Formats: sequence, structure tokens, C-alpha cells
Amino acid sequence: MGTIKKIAGPAVIAENLQGAKMYDIVRVGNEKLVGEIIRLDGNTCFIQVYEDTNGLKVGEPVVTTGLPLALELGPGLLNGIFDGILRPLDKIQAVSGIFISRGIEVSSLDRTKKWDFTPLKKVGDVVKGGDILGTVPEFSFTHKILVPPDKGGTIKSIVPAGQYTIDDTIAELEDGTKLRMAHFWPVRKPRPIQKKLDPNQPFLTGMRILDVLFPLAAGGTAAIPGPFGSGKTVTQQSIAKFGDANIVVYVGCGERGNEMTDVLVEFPELEDPQTGRPLMERTILVANTSNMPVAAREASLYTGITLAEYFRDQGYKVSLMADSTSRWAEALREIASRLEEMPAEEGYPPYLSSRLSSFYERAGKVVTLAGEQGAVSVIGAVSPAGGDFSEPVTQSTLRITGGFWALDAQLARARHFPAINWARSYSLFLNILEPWYRENVAPDYPEVRTQIITLLQREAELQQVVQLVGPDALQDAERLSLEIGRIAREDFLQQNGYDPVDASCSMAKAYGIMQMIIAAYKQGEIALSKGATITDFLTDPVIEKIGRARYVPEADFPAYKAEFDQMIKTAFLGAVKA
Amino acid sequence: MLKKEYNAVTYVSGPLLFLEGAADLAYGAIVNIDDGTGRIRGGQVIEVSDQYTVLQVFEETSGLNLERTTVSLVEDVARLGVSKEMVGRAFNGIGKPIDGLPPVVADKRLPINGAPINPVAREKPEEFIQTGVSAIDVNMTLVRGQKLPIFSGSGLPHNELAAQIARQAKVLGEGEGFAVVFAAMGITQREVSYFMQEFERTGALSRSVLFLNKADDPTVERLLTPRMALTAAEYLAFEHDYHVLVILTDLTNYCEALREIGGAREEIPGRRGYPGYMYTDLASLYERAGVVHGKKGSVTQIPILSMPGDDITHPIPDLTGYITEGQIFIARDLAQQGIFPPINVQPSLSRLMNNGIGKGKTRADHKELADQLFSSYARGVNLRRLVAITGEDALTEMDKKYLRFAANFEQKFINQGQNERSIEESLNIGWALLADFPASELKRIRREYIEQYHQKTGKLEELAGA
Repeated sequence: MGTIKKIAGPAVIAENLQGAKMYDIVRVGNEKLVGEIIRLDGNTCFIQVYEDTNGLKVGEPVVTTGLPLALELGPGLLNGIFDGILRPLDKIQAVSGIFISRGIEVSSLDRTKKWDFTPLKKVGDVVKGGDILGTVPEFSFTHKILVPPDKGGTIKSIVPAGQYTIDDTIAELEDGTKLRMAHFWPVRKPRPIQKKLDPNQPFLTGMRILDVLFPLAAGGTAAIPGPFGSGKTVTQQSIAKFGDANIVVYVGCGERGNEMTDVLVEFPELEDPQTGRPLMERTILVANTSNMPVAAREASLYTGITLAEYFRDQGYKVSLMADSTSRWAEALREIASRLEEMPAEEGYPPYLSSRLSSFYERAGKVVTLAGEQGAVSVIGAVSPAGGDFSEPVTQSTLRITGGFWALDAQLARARHFPAINWARSYSLFLNILEPWYRENVAPDYPEVRTQIITLLQREAELQQVVQLVGPDALQDAERLSLEIGRIAREDFLQQNGYDPVDASCSMAKAYGIMQMIIAAYKQGEIALSKGATITDFLTDPVIEKIGRARYVPEADFPAYKAEFDQMIKTAFLGAVKA
Repeated sequence: MLKKEYNAVTYVSGPLLFLEGAADLAYGAIVNIDDGTGRIRGGQVIEVSDQYTVLQVFEETSGLNLERTTVSLVEDVARLGVSKEMVGRAFNGIGKPIDGLPPVVADKRLPINGAPINPVAREKPEEFIQTGVSAIDVNMTLVRGQKLPIFSGSGLPHNELAAQIARQAKVLGEGEGFAVVFAAMGITQREVSYFMQEFERTGALSRSVLFLNKADDPTVERLLTPRMALTAAEYLAFEHDYHVLVILTDLTNYCEALREIGGAREEIPGRRGYPGYMYTDLASLYERAGVVHGKKGSVTQIPILSMPGDDITHPIPDLTGYITEGQIFIARDLAQQGIFPPINVQPSLSRLMNNGIGKGKTRADHKELADQLFSSYARGVNLRRLVAITGEDALTEMDKKYLRFAANFEQKFINQGQNERSIEESLNIGWALLADFPASELKRIRREYIEQYHQKTGKLEELAGA
């Protein structure tokens, strides 16, 4: 047993701790606060404490558990809300009331609940780590029970289908290893896989600007940086709701308490577009709000990615939302400074960049140990100080992530939502995804996409001219480009997250709207050449038809589009027609 | 029992005092420091190791010497004695009465650092608070459990606005207890007398608890003042069912104090010299707002900060904006025109507004009316820029209407002076402003509300008063 030597905020130094290993979990002081060893130096070890350290005294005992920070993974995680070290917040509330007190020990999983286990293996089968022993239905989701990645052998006995708790032994191997439905895995160690695959399928989010202009691949990573009030959290929540994933892990890392409440109130009410069941049933929330202990905030990101990997290993597509990685980086900085480490840029520790990379690199599309395909896509919000993208967290993140969705305060102020700046954002997945789009959306999809981008760029150029000389100084052809660009902006890029239909858009519909806009542009040029005016163009009912397109339900859209295709043939001719 | 005394003081620098042989003091403990003449200063343990203990002294350290100074333990952590009797009283920054009345008899002594509210215990904030200020109530509605800061600048009348809100704020509904906890950090004697007089003159004092840390009070006390106030607020809200509005002013002074202490401790600074943990520290204040399941009361916060150089990207407003749920923006150009309160609605925002307005809360047309006022005002302001270049002759009749609208919006709607307006009155003034436009121009409002209210709420001059 060791003793406390020094206390400074969340950092505690202990000495004479026998058997101390890096990243082992320790219990600090008489109140048994949870902490983690983050540096060893001779006879002393540095501990980051996951709870408030007020009231601790020098000389109080420190006990090591001998184990790293590990999560218990098994049935019962879905529909849950946990703190940064996977303690269920509802159970904490049952113990300590509305405020979170210290030194609470609660189990992550329900130990008494019985689950319907159906075995898929039989006696004599040889299993290796990551193989699927059986299944358990959890809500409408099939939870696959895995052999822990570091175990394997010949099955000596396995239980018949029936009801078991997570503590019951469900199988025993020849070497005497007993297997349960749940197992522990250390958060800082990536779960093993067979191999990584090229991310050649998109992770569709239902947001047109992302899916069309800046797509993310399933198993890819993207960063959403933006100043406050630009809609980071709303964007992330929308992707969590409509994104094409089997499981959503949402890490609220150092963010607002009321925002987590929003998610907690909203997700159970939201219907999962895939199953018709509450969205919460395929969601896990990790909430470490800004006033909860800073060291647990540092851990929460690893907790999130480990949960995601666990479901990936069952062969599922998982999306991980981290809001916000800047708060995580600040936690890193705070602890580093308490340990009097040498700072690099803006006080962040020099290993900021490598820590961020090793986190994002745990994303990917993989072949699991069991030979199935799974993917973890990571979307990390970044909150740049002062909205300045040159700060270290944004810059380090950009070097790693494949997608960059730049939120823009000016767009948000102009009530253009989602406020993603199309001139600054990019996606590195375009080339690798192109074959998929050609095959699954339309053979000419990349060309149509390029045309839309050209229209948007042309509009941006013309806007600069207009700001100097006013719109009346433009020729009709230029006015047409300007108006078409505006239509693309307002009726295609903008999306109303609060509208039940427009909140999510399929690729087929997005492609349809793009075709409508391009058709209007072409017909507009023809009409102008025949002597029609820009007023004829603007007042034609076809324009309103484009404007309403995004509010047309998916099922009715093909008919709507067909109507449009008829109308456009003779559109805009106005006076000329008569 | 004789108190243990420590006298091995080895080093004094700025507000810090280093003590040897005091390893049995707890981290965060409150101590008394005697300089040998009988004068007692307060202090708190901010770092403790087996070799030395670092104390933060709550008053200036002049006169302390290494030989004769002794330190004794008062309490294991900083606490505040709380009681329902606190309402109507004024205290200094560390909870000592300054109104000439005896100390309150404490019902409990609570640690002022508080504990984080469990996110699952929180309820969605969705009850309207009427501040009686049109611009806030209509355009950036405050709801119970929200934290909505005022971003101001030096020399701007944020204190007057704070006093007005403290006086006028109420929750609609019968028999709901309402209290104001007012904490001032580093304010001048002039401001102290202004607040004391205002609170007494308007009768607001009878439902308020005041914590006043003056500019010449010790810097480190500023770090305790808001925590004292929030502890009192949580006690009143969660044990006595009050709806508490906490007004904190001026957070800039608080952050300066944080930086000063960080500097004295030779910490590695973050941006602009402010400590790297300032986000966490501010969050530990701002997050102490909310509504929770099973409790009738609530804590709502209006922190006020003056942006150095009116710069919204400065670390103090920047970090605040990331934690709080919107902001009320005080504009220098409006203040210079004599408009009070000089709130610029364009950069202002309440993130929780939509939860707290509409039918049964304020009025069904509220959201759409607010959107319409916002967009029409934005158009009017844009036109002003154009007029500056091309002159007013180039404008269409409709454009001129927008210009007039923008002027009226500022002069009649925002500029309400010290008058109190109910939400009903504020909304009607909003409609009266729009009366000049034809219905077809009100694109953000659906037909039924236009039919019900457009050009039907009375004349602007009568509604907005003088």
C-alpha cells in the first residue's frame, strides 16, 4: 500500500506503491477515489484522479487494483448513459441523488438481469479470440457474444439456450477457461482485428451537403470545427439520428449538462428510421459534462472508442460522435500542467498530436477476428478558441482526419443551416468512393456533382461583383447564374433539421434535386436566348417547385420529379411563349 | 480543544504562503493566518505535499513575516453557512454580513465547491422567465435553468441592465417563490453603492441575497464569491423550492484573479496568460444552473462579463460562449445613441429559447414573430450600409420601409428605458412595428397569426410609450 505525497488539483503523487504499473487503476485516499497511474518515477507514481480531490490529505493510503482502466463489455450497454469511466449515471443517481458524490462504486452492467442466450457453438468446436459464441437479443438488436480477444481453445462445455446473467458461465474451454457473456477490455489498448480494409463505401448521414459534397467513408474520420453557436452539436446530433450505422456511441466530452439532457429527452422519443423503435435502443451515451472531473474527461474518449470497437467486432457499423475533442485536449493540457510537464504550443503537451492520431486511427473498416466486416466511423467536433482554425487542436486534427466540415458562424448568423462552409470544407474520400456512387446512385453522378459545385463557385464570384455594383449591373446570363447559385444554396445545401421530411435526405432524392437545378439552368439559358427575361425565370412556377422539392417525402419524390421534368420543357418562356 | 498551530512559514510571494511541516492539512482546507500581532487573515490550501504546503492568502500579504506568522486549521474545505434567512441580506465576498445586521444562524454549512449535477437528474429547461425587457423576452428568451451571459464592454450600462433584470424578473404562474442571488466581483465602491441603493429603492432587496466583493478586497476572495453565491442559490432552489436567478458580475474580474493566482503559483499559462484550466474552472461555475427531477426550484444564471477591447474572441467571452447557452450582446454604438438597454439582437442568441416559448408558455405567435423581427431588422441594417454609399434616393419604397423599421425597432422596441413590459406588451409592440409592411412581406409568419395580429395590436406610439 502506498501513501499520498503531494496533491495539486486532479494530480496526486504517491510513493511506495508496490506493484504499480503504468495506467493501472488505483484507489486514492480514505474515500477510495478512482485514479489512474500516468507516470512512474523511481519510488513515486503520478496519478490522475477521476474525482474531486478536495479534502484529501498527505499520508492517506493509495491502493492499486493491479489492472488498467478497463470496461466490462457485454449485453446491457445499449440504451445506457454512463460517465467517462463507464459508471451508469442512473445508478449513481440512485446512490447519491441529484449531485454526483465521490468514491461511488457501481457496476457498468446489470448483474442480475437475465438475458436470452442462444449458443452458436457446440462442444468440441475450436474457438479463437473474437469468435461468436452465441447471440442475445437486446431490444431489436442482436448482441453477439464474443470470445474475449485474448482467449481461445476447444469448447469443453457450453450451456443450452436459456436465460443467464452476465456472471453465469456460459462456456468452458479445455484449458479450464470459463467464459461469460461479458468480458473486460482495457480502454487504451485497441481491440485486435484481422486486417483493415479500404473504406470504399460511404457513411451516409442524410445531410445533402455532406453526402454529396464532402462524403465520409464508413470507417473514415471527420472533424467538425466551428466557433460557438455555429451548430456543431446540432449537426452531430443529426448525424447520430440519421447516419447509416447500426450502433451510435455519443461521447459528450466536457460539454453542457443541459445539452446532454436534450439528447436524453430527445433520443428516446425519436424513432429509429431503420427499425421504427426508439433511437435510444441502439445508442450509448457517455456524458462527462464540463464540470465533471477533468481526468475522467480525458478517459471518456477512450471509453467511447472501446465501446465502438466492441460492437464493430460483432460485425456492425458503428458511428462514434465525440463532442468535443478540444475539451479532451484541454483536459490533457490541464493534467500535463499539473504534472509540470514541458509545454509545446499554447500550453498543450507535445504529445497532443500523437495522442489524437492514435485515437483517430482506431477508426476503420475492418475484417474482425471472427472474419466478419465491421466499421467504426469517427466524427469529432473541435471547438477552436476564438473560432481560429490555426490553433493546435484543429491543426493536429486536420492532419489526421479524412473529412473536414468547417462550420461557419457567419452562415449560422444568416440562418443558413447546416452552417457548413462549402468553400473551406473538404473530403479525402471522394476518389475512393466514386465507384460506389456511380454504381449505386447514377452512372453520371460525379459529373452532376461537379456541375453543382461549378454553379456554387460561379455564384460566389458573382456575389463579389454584386456587392460592389449591385445586381442590376449584371447581364441576364450572369443574373441567371447568380439566381441558380442561390437556388442551389437555399434549396439544396440548406436543410431544415426540424422538418420531419427534410431532416434526412436519401442519395436518390439528393441526386434528383441536383438534376432539377441543372435542368432549370439549362432551360433558363435556352429561354434567355429566345428573348425571355430574368423576371420570367424568377416568376415561373418551376422555381417554386424546386424550392418545395426538399419537403416532398421520399416515396412521393419520383412522381414529383416526373411532374417537374414535364414542366421544365416549356418553362421560363413567359412572354415569348405567348 | 487546543488547535494545532503551524509556524514554519518559509516563503511568501504575492498572495501565496509556503508552509513546512503541515502535511496533515487537507487539500482545499480553510485556515486562519495570524501575523503575530493578532491580526487574522483567511487562507486556503491549494497544494499540499509531504515537504511543503501552499496557502492562498485571502488578504494582502504585507506585514506577514516568516518568523512570527502562525497558521491554524478552520475547516477541512471552504464552506458557507446557509439559511432561508439569507434572503434580504447583503454579505461581502466571503459570506460575512455587511449590512450591519448580525450573522445569519446557519441551517447547514455546505462546501462551496458544490458537486456536479448528474446529467440524468437534469430536466429539460423549458419554463419561461419574464425579465420585463422586450429585447430579451422576445428575441433571446431566458428559460428556467439556463445560463445566459451578458457580453458587454467597459463603460457600457450592463450594471443598470443587471439591476433592472433583478428588479423585474419573474416566473409566470401562481405562488412560485422567486429569489435573486446577486454576486459582484471586484466592483468599485461607486458600483457597490449603486447596487445597494437600487436594490433598496426598488424593493428588490427583500427577495435578494447580495454577495459583494469590492475592487479593493483581496483578489483571491473573488474566486470564492461566485461559489458562495451559487451555494446559497442551490440551497434555496433545491431545499426551499425557490426559482433562483443568479446574477454574476463581472466575470472578467474573476478571470483576472484566476490569472493572478496562476501567475503567483508559476503555472504554465495558456492563451493570453490565462491558466490552461480556465475552461474547467468557468464550467464549474456556469454548470451550477439547471432544473432537476423531483425538485420544484431551479437555478438560472445571468453572468455578466466585459469583453476586453470589445473583442468577442478574447479567451473570457470565448470560453464562456462555449459553456453557456447563448449570449446577450450589449452594443457600444446603440449605447452611444442613448438607447437603453443597448442590446444588439443580431449577435445575441438564446439556445434554449424554443423550449420556453409558444402556446401555453408565452404566446403561439412568439417564435415566428421573433424570426420576422430578426430578419426584417437584419435587412434594414444591411440597407443602412448601402445608403451610406449610394444615398437614400436609390432605394425603393419598400427599402425605405425597412430602414424606418430598423430605426423604430431600435428606438421604440429596444429602447424601453427603465420601464417594465410584460411579454404580451412586448409582442404587441413587435406587431405594431411590422404594421407598416403589407402582409405579403411577412414571410416568416404563417397566415393565421397574420390574420389575428397584423395591424391589430394598436398604435406603436401608444404601446411603446414615451
